[in-house]
Amino acid sequence: MRDVGYLRVGDTAEALTAAARPGARLIAGGTELVNLLKERIEQPDLLVDISRLPLTDITVGPDGLHLGALARMSDVAAHPEVRSGYPAIAQALELSASPQLRNMATMGGNLMQRTRCPYFRADHDLPCNKRRPGSGCSAIDGDHRAAAIFGASESCVATHPSDLAVALVALDAQVRTTARTLPARDLHRLPGDQPHRDTVLDHGEMILGIDVPVSPPSAYLKVRERGSYEFALVSVAVAAETSGGVIRTARAALGGVAPKPWPLDVDLAGVPLRRDELRAAIAPAFAAARPLPGSEFKIELAQRAVVRALTKPIGLMGET
Amino acid sequence: MRVRLRVNGAERQVDVEPRVTLLDALREVIGLTGTKKGCDRGECGACTVHVNGRRIDACMTLAVMHEGDEITTIEGLDHPVQRAFLEHDAFQCGFCTPGQLMSAAACLAEGHTGSDAEIREWMSGNTCRCAAYPHIVAAVREVAGRA
Repeated sequence: MRDVGYLRVGDTAEALTAAARPGARLIAGGTELVNLLKERIEQPDLLVDISRLPLTDITVGPDGLHLGALARMSDVAAHPEVRSGYPAIAQALELSASPQLRNMATMGGNLMQRTRCPYFRADHDLPCNKRRPGSGCSAIDGDHRAAAIFGASESCVATHPSDLAVALVALDAQVRTTARTLPARDLHRLPGDQPHRDTVLDHGEMILGIDVPVSPPSAYLKVRERGSYEFALVSVAVAAETSGGVIRTARAALGGVAPKPWPLDVDLAGVPLRRDELRAAIAPAFAAARPLPGSEFKIELAQRAVVRALTKPIGLMGET
Repeated sequence: MRVRLRVNGAERQVDVEPRVTLLDALREVIGLTGTKKGCDRGECGACTVHVNGRRIDACMTLAVMHEGDEITTIEGLDHPVQRAFLEHDAFQCGFCTPGQLMSAAACLAEGHTGSDAEIREWMSGNTCRCAAYPHIVAAVREVAGRA
């Protein structure tokens, strides 16, 4: 078995130096990387432990919400001002994983988690271009119920599993790294012929925090195969201002349908909050859907989820 | 690598390779086998322990990351929910029970016990292959004072 080094860093500068080394991987909550180590999907030479860096802030001000990269999912979800002012974020987090994992996992790590495609995660090394570039995609002709309907390629049909990322795109958040600030919707990339690259970040680049502008009322709806502790088949985050039963502005993003959070790029201004009108308004966004036979159901499911998220008040729990 | 942990109030020094999980360090190095290894991938909750007062899955974190941390395992738990599990017959084979108890004690401390639905949701990180769930919920409900 190959050796792996471990370095607990005391400040961001030290983290950057260490993370730049070839074969280095950042570890914070551990809930993703430890699994990838066990499956030998990741075989780093050096683990850079950033978990004690002072990046755990959760602050709400007149310009919006600021989340440190190392704020824990449970702490963000429980924060009273996140729950009142940014409910899509609190709901997306609380509908993710389990209480134990939410006590461990961080904001930055959540965005950097990798797909749940069963072939990527397989105990035995099966063809998977994301796991081993050039080896093929087992999902296209195999079990692809969870596959993407948007943005996939002939190399990879995997979806991104983060609920948080979907909420951040609907809320037009920015991600701050050690190298740049970029819109949350530009963080993850489409697979093309390089599906092993999930995000646009470079080796050694580290997420420092997330900035969310002041948000209109928002909600997150997650549809999954069991009532708790499961990844989404489809999910939707909406942030909308309405008046008199008509949408004034709305922004929505879908989860579980693409290799990245999928912005619903349709103009919903002026659309009444009624099922038929909403269905007609969002339909054009689904014309680009290219499902596999087993994932075709997601087209209808996602449209129903969007309508439901816009028309029904969503509680934090029990809405699945 | 040498790491200093505080386990159930006692100082423990362990010498582990960086990839050793906290779960394996507790069980195989320190010899506290009450914490169980079920799935070893963060899905079943059998390995639930408290670190600095919060419940976590010990299989999903590395021992070397816990220098100086205060760790409580089932061997160090003294909580009324343990008796409630006995009284409500909240287990059959018992393999998941240490994790269920650690999670239940935390769930109660967090106050996520306002209804049976809330208890189920906030205990959903612990699976029970014997499906003792109704009795587990009853035990937590009783300690929450809604018996």
